[in-house]
Amino acid sequence: MYSEKVMEHFRNPRNMGEIPDADGVGTVGNPVCGDMMTVYIKVKDNHIDDIRFKTFGCGAAIATSSMVTELAKGKTLEEAKKIGRSDVADSLGGLPKVKMHCSNLAADALHAAIEDYEKHKGTKR
Amino acid sequence: MSRAKRIYMDHTAGRTVDPRVIEAMLPYMKSLCGNPSSVHSFGQEARQALEEARTKVAELINAESKESIFLTSGATESNNMAIKGVARRSRDHGRHIITSSIEHMSVLNPCKFLMTKGFKVTFLPVDQYGFVNLTSLEEELTNETILVSIMYANGEIGTIQPIKEISKMVHRKNVYLHVDAAAANGQVLIDVNNEDIDLLTISSNDMYGPKGVGALYIKKSTRLEPLIHGGGQERGLRSGTENLPSIVGFGKAAEIAKEEMPTESERLKTLRDRLIKGLLDPIPYSFLNGHPTKRLPNNAAVRYSFIEGESILLDLDMKGVAASSGSACTAKTLEPSHVLRAIGLKHEEAHGSLLFTLGRQNTEEEVGYVISIMPDIVKRLREMSPLTPKELMK
Repeated sequence: MYSEKVMEHFRNPRNMGEIPDADGVGTVGNPVCGDMMTVYIKVKDNHIDDIRFKTFGCGAAIATSSMVTELAKGKTLEEAKKIGRSDVADSLGGLPKVKMHCSNLAADALHAAIEDYEKHKGTKR
Repeated sequence: MSRAKRIYMDHTAGRTVDPRVIEAMLPYMKSLCGNPSSVHSFGQEARQALEEARTKVAELINAESKESIFLTSGATESNNMAIKGVARRSRDHGRHIITSSIEHMSVLNPCKFLMTKGFKVTFLPVDQYGFVNLTSLEEELTNETILVSIMYANGEIGTIQPIKEISKMVHRKNVYLHVDAAAANGQVLIDVNNEDIDLLTISSNDMYGPKGVGALYIKKSTRLEPLIHGGGQERGLRSGTENLPSIVGFGKAAEIAKEEMPTESERLKTLRDRLIKGLLDPIPYSFLNGHPTKRLPNNAAVRYSFIEGESILLDLDMKGVAASSGSACTAKTLEPSHVLRAIGLKHEEAHGSLLFTLGRQNTEEEVGYVISIMPDIVKRLREMSPLTPKELMK
C-alpha cells in the first residue's frame, strides 16, 4: 500500500516534537476528519532555522508531516512557501490516491506556520 | 522486536481453509466431475455429495430438513436473495422493510436499492453496545411491513443480538424475519427452530470453509422470488450448475464447526477476555467497543484516545501482528465505520478503533505477545499527537 520511503518516515519521523518558543505555528485539519497536523517554525535571517511537527492521523499523515519538515528545513521563507501540495507526496515516492489529501495537509500546515510568523513578525509573542 | 512467525488476528476479514476441508474437496476437483443434474453414475455421485453437504449445513443450524438449505455464492448473495426476494414476492402486501443501522453493507445496500424502487426502509437505532432498540422495532412494525432483517452478531464490535426476543416481536405481526449470521456461524450455537428464524444467511469462509460459497436457510412456508434465473437448480430459487468442490468443503466446514464449537468457543472466550484486559488495563484512555459479555467469542474491539487506528495497525504490522481498524470492506473509504458511528462514537473516537479477531490457530503465547507490545505502540503515537494531554506523557 505505502512506498518504502513512506514507511521509513513513518518508522523514523524527522523533526517530531514541539518548539516552545516558536516564531510561527500552523495547525490544519481536525480530529473529526481523522487528520490533524501542527507545524512549529523558528526563523533566523529569513531562513527556517528549526522546524518541528506533531500529528494525529494515519501512516501517510505522519510520513508527510515528517517529509515536509525535511523539505523546509534551512530554506528561505520564499523557498519554503513554494513547497507545493504535490511536492511532499512526490518526495515520498508517491502516495495512494485516497491519501493524497495528507500531502496537501502537510504543505498547508507549513504555509500556515509561515503565515503566522509573518503576521506576528516584530511583535513579541 | 520483530517475530519470526507472524501473528494473524484478522479472522473477520478472511480465514485460512481448514486442511481437513481441503482434503474433503480434493477428490471433487481431481476426478469426480459429474454434474448433479445428470442421470449417469457420475452425476448421481455428485448429487449424493451435494446432498450430504446440504445435510451438514442443515444440521449446523438445526434446520428442519436439508431441503430448507439453498446454496449460494456466499453471504452477500444470500443477503441479497433474502431481502430482494421477499420484497419482490410480497410487494403487493406491503412495501416496508425494517433493518438496523449496524448491518453489513450487503444488507444495507440492497435495502437502499429497494428504496429507489418504491420501498420504505426503517434503519433502527442501536444503543452504545450495539443492541437493536426493541421499543423502536415494536413501534415501527406496521401492516405495511413485509420483512425485518437483523444480524445475529456484528463482526466489528462483536455484539450478539437477542434474536429470540426479536423473532417473537416480529412474528406477532406476521412479518418475516431474516437474520444475517455470517459473522456468527461457527462461533455461536444457532438454532433456527428454537429461535424461530424464517431466513438465515450462512457463510462458509467464516467457519474455515472455502470462499465463494454460502447458503440461505429458508423456512418451509416462506415465499420469495429468485435473484438468478436459469436451469432451475436449488429448486428453482438459485439457478446455475452447483460449485461442487466448494459446496463439499462448506459441508465439511459445517460438520467440523458443529463438532468443535463447544470447546473451541470456550477456548476463544478465555483468550479474548485475556486480550481485552491486556489491551485496556495498562493503557489510560482506552475503551472496549461493544458489550463486555454478550459478544462473539473471538472478538476484541478496542479504541485508544488521541491516536488513529491505521497508524496503530502499521506499527503492529511492523512487529508481525495483523489486526484491523474496522471493517476491511470500508477501509477503502476514509469515513469511519457506520457501525462505530451508530453506537454513538464521535468521529475522532471511531478513528482510534482497533479490531482483533481470533481464530483456531491463535495461542495464549500470541495473545501475550500482542499485549506486551501495545503500550509502547500507543505511547509512540501519542507522543506524536497534538491531541495528547501534556500530563499523560510525563
